[in-house]
Amino acid sequence: MGKIKTSCGEQILKTTLFLIFAALIFMGRLPCAFASQQLSGADEALGIKLAKQAVRADKHWTTTDHSKMEILKQNFTSGDQITQACLSCHTDASMQFEKTIHWTWEVPSEKEGVMNGKAGHAINNFCISGNAMEDKGCLSCHVGWNGTEGEVNCLACHGKEKFNYKEAFEDLKAFEGDDDPDTLEIVKEVQAEVKNAVHQITMPQRENCGECHFKGGGGDGVKHGDLDTSLANPNKMLDVHMAAEGADFTCTRCHTTVKHNIAGRLYTRPAAAERTSLIEDDMATKITCESCHSNLPHKTASKMNDHTDKVACQSCHIPEFARVNPTKMWWDWTKAGDLKEGKPYVTKGEFGKPTYKSIKGEFRWEKNVQPEYFWYNGSFANTGIKDKIDPSAIVEVSHPLGDKNDPDARIHPFKIHRGKQPYDKINKQMVAPLLSGPKGFWTTFDMNDAITRGNTTLKVPYSGEFDYVETTYAFPITHMVAPGENALNCNECHIRKNSRLASITGIYLPGRDRSNFIDSLGIIAVLAALAGVLLHGLGRFFTRNGKEE
Amino acid sequence: MVVKTIKKVYLYTRFERLWHWLQGLMIIVLMITGFEVHGTFKLMGFQTAVNVHNFVGLAWLVLFAFFVFWLLTTGEWKQYIPTTKKLFDVIFYYAFGIFKGHEHPVQKSKGAKHNPLQRLTYLGISAMLLPLQMTTGLVYYLYNFIPGSISLSILAVVHTLLAFLLVNFLIIHVYMTTTGHSLFSHIAGMISGWEEIYETTHIQEWENKATKKD
Repeated sequence: MGKIKTSCGEQILKTTLFLIFAALIFMGRLPCAFASQQLSGADEALGIKLAKQAVRADKHWTTTDHSKMEILKQNFTSGDQITQACLSCHTDASMQFEKTIHWTWEVPSEKEGVMNGKAGHAINNFCISGNAMEDKGCLSCHVGWNGTEGEVNCLACHGKEKFNYKEAFEDLKAFEGDDDPDTLEIVKEVQAEVKNAVHQITMPQRENCGECHFKGGGGDGVKHGDLDTSLANPNKMLDVHMAAEGADFTCTRCHTTVKHNIAGRLYTRPAAAERTSLIEDDMATKITCESCHSNLPHKTASKMNDHTDKVACQSCHIPEFARVNPTKMWWDWTKAGDLKEGKPYVTKGEFGKPTYKSIKGEFRWEKNVQPEYFWYNGSFANTGIKDKIDPSAIVEVSHPLGDKNDPDARIHPFKIHRGKQPYDKINKQMVAPLLSGPKGFWTTFDMNDAITRGNTTLKVPYSGEFDYVETTYAFPITHMVAPGENALNCNECHIRKNSRLASITGIYLPGRDRSNFIDSLGIIAVLAALAGVLLHGLGRFFTRNGKEE
Repeated sequence: MVVKTIKKVYLYTRFERLWHWLQGLMIIVLMITGFEVHGTFKLMGFQTAVNVHNFVGLAWLVLFAFFVFWLLTTGEWKQYIPTTKKLFDVIFYYAFGIFKGHEHPVQKSKGAKHNPLQRLTYLGISAMLLPLQMTTGLVYYLYNFIPGSISLSILAVVHTLLAFLLVNFLIIHVYMTTTGHSLFSHIAGMISGWEEIYETTHIQEWENKATKKD
């Protein structure tokens, strides 16, 4: 009992020291999410490590110098001739390519008698339909020398130099039979230029793919929102993967290819059932971030790793799209056809982009757009020209599939392109007006006639009466991955008001959701306790604890 | 007026005090960060709040394991055996007697440091509320690794409800510390371990029986 007599001050000092000591032990021993967040550099996140491993191999190299090949030293007079020269070595290339969607623009759907793809029964809310390849305006992006006729244009994807072959061959044709020495000189020059361009053979570069995919929908950044000409040579802020000072990827680094079939197409079902690793078998049928970064991409103790089963990487790592060039967000066909003195006109607005075109209608463009978020299992529900619609509601021409109970679905960012486009009032189906050409809407400005002609190309009946309906078209946002430090903060989603995931309901999202009943009850109880102790304390104060002084 | 001399007794051992204050600190930090995660207010940012909450929550589990060990090995658990004896006297004292200068019906002693109302409250807190809060918290923390489907919504709501109850306890608990001989005498006792009691106080046999050591 002697110890009890130690002085009070000494006791407090000892207690304090013991407290500090114990606290230090706790800090050191615990598995600590907090501390590991602060560490950097020393231990690299698994996702970074694996991705580096996946792309460790040297850049593509070749044993072939195409400029030394005899067959490529000839004077070409047509594109078909160039392709035939290619095929003399690469014998099966055309055969392979002509089976792919890049050539056919068609892919079978699960609905009987319905083909997806631009040349099929699919429509969009831009130029609406390819009209079974009858709309020649669309064919500028078809990978042939002459639309759908003749040979595949190998150089569209494999030519390094952007060269106007069409113009060159037209010139050569015009000069044919002209013996004038000046003309011959020009002919020689043009032929040399053609040859020089043909010799610049390459694996597809960003510019090759971008020639069509950056400009889908008839112009730079019209369609995707995460694909536009700014990605031809992006900086790291815009795209960590494609930036020269970043990973300097070409498109095909991720969009891997077998027999000219390029991974990443979104029509086919089902979605990537297994998130296969590129490292394991070097070929996932559908590419995902996980293919290289794994599904535990962040540092070991990071709470972020707990998100990957429900949230797509893109949702946080692409905070906004169209960060350099604007993208089209609204296209209203009802306004199309207005003429000034009988002539079509164009009005330009912000960003120097057209806000009105007589041939197409009214547009809205936006930059630095915040995506919309939906559950997405890798597939889309499409409203084709043969599907029945409900014109009293907004028609989802294309919308992501998946829900919270789908184990393959993730919350994924999208660009939603909205617009108004014609539909068949009687048959309650979307329609496919023919746009280009002498009989197309862009010449005649007669929508009813354009629909009649357009639907005929697809052999879909048209009642003769049309009206306009509002539609949406969804593009998954997956390019323009920002540097890690620009990824979203937690409270972009985990917040009561204006959560980015406000539309994702039916789940409990900490910070956003609560039980109003429990919260109200709790706050009332706390206020009651405070009032109680306050009254009790005041009572004691005024009665002076019942003591007389 | 009867003159009472004040005597000091060593009531709270070193570990008990360490546990008490550390747990108190942890609960306060958990409340602040927890309610920020809940979206009630914005202070340090969601991410920091989550990280601190997780760290302190896990640390609390360790501390609590030590507390249970201490309870069992020292026999101090007997201090938490509930009783209705004098329970209503204590309740009446806090409701009325305290304003009239009455003496507390139960004085503290080594064998019985908690009055019957404290016994009941602390038993409820330590055996029910805290373990339940720790369990829901741990399941919440490990939610991704637990197979099957526990509703995160139910888990979160229960965790929040218990948190509100703990806030209530804290308010009343802190207020009650001011009801000693002086405003801060109970707090001082919990810091030094030495609690002030009246020399004249007679410790009743039944209070001592359970934990009597000699």
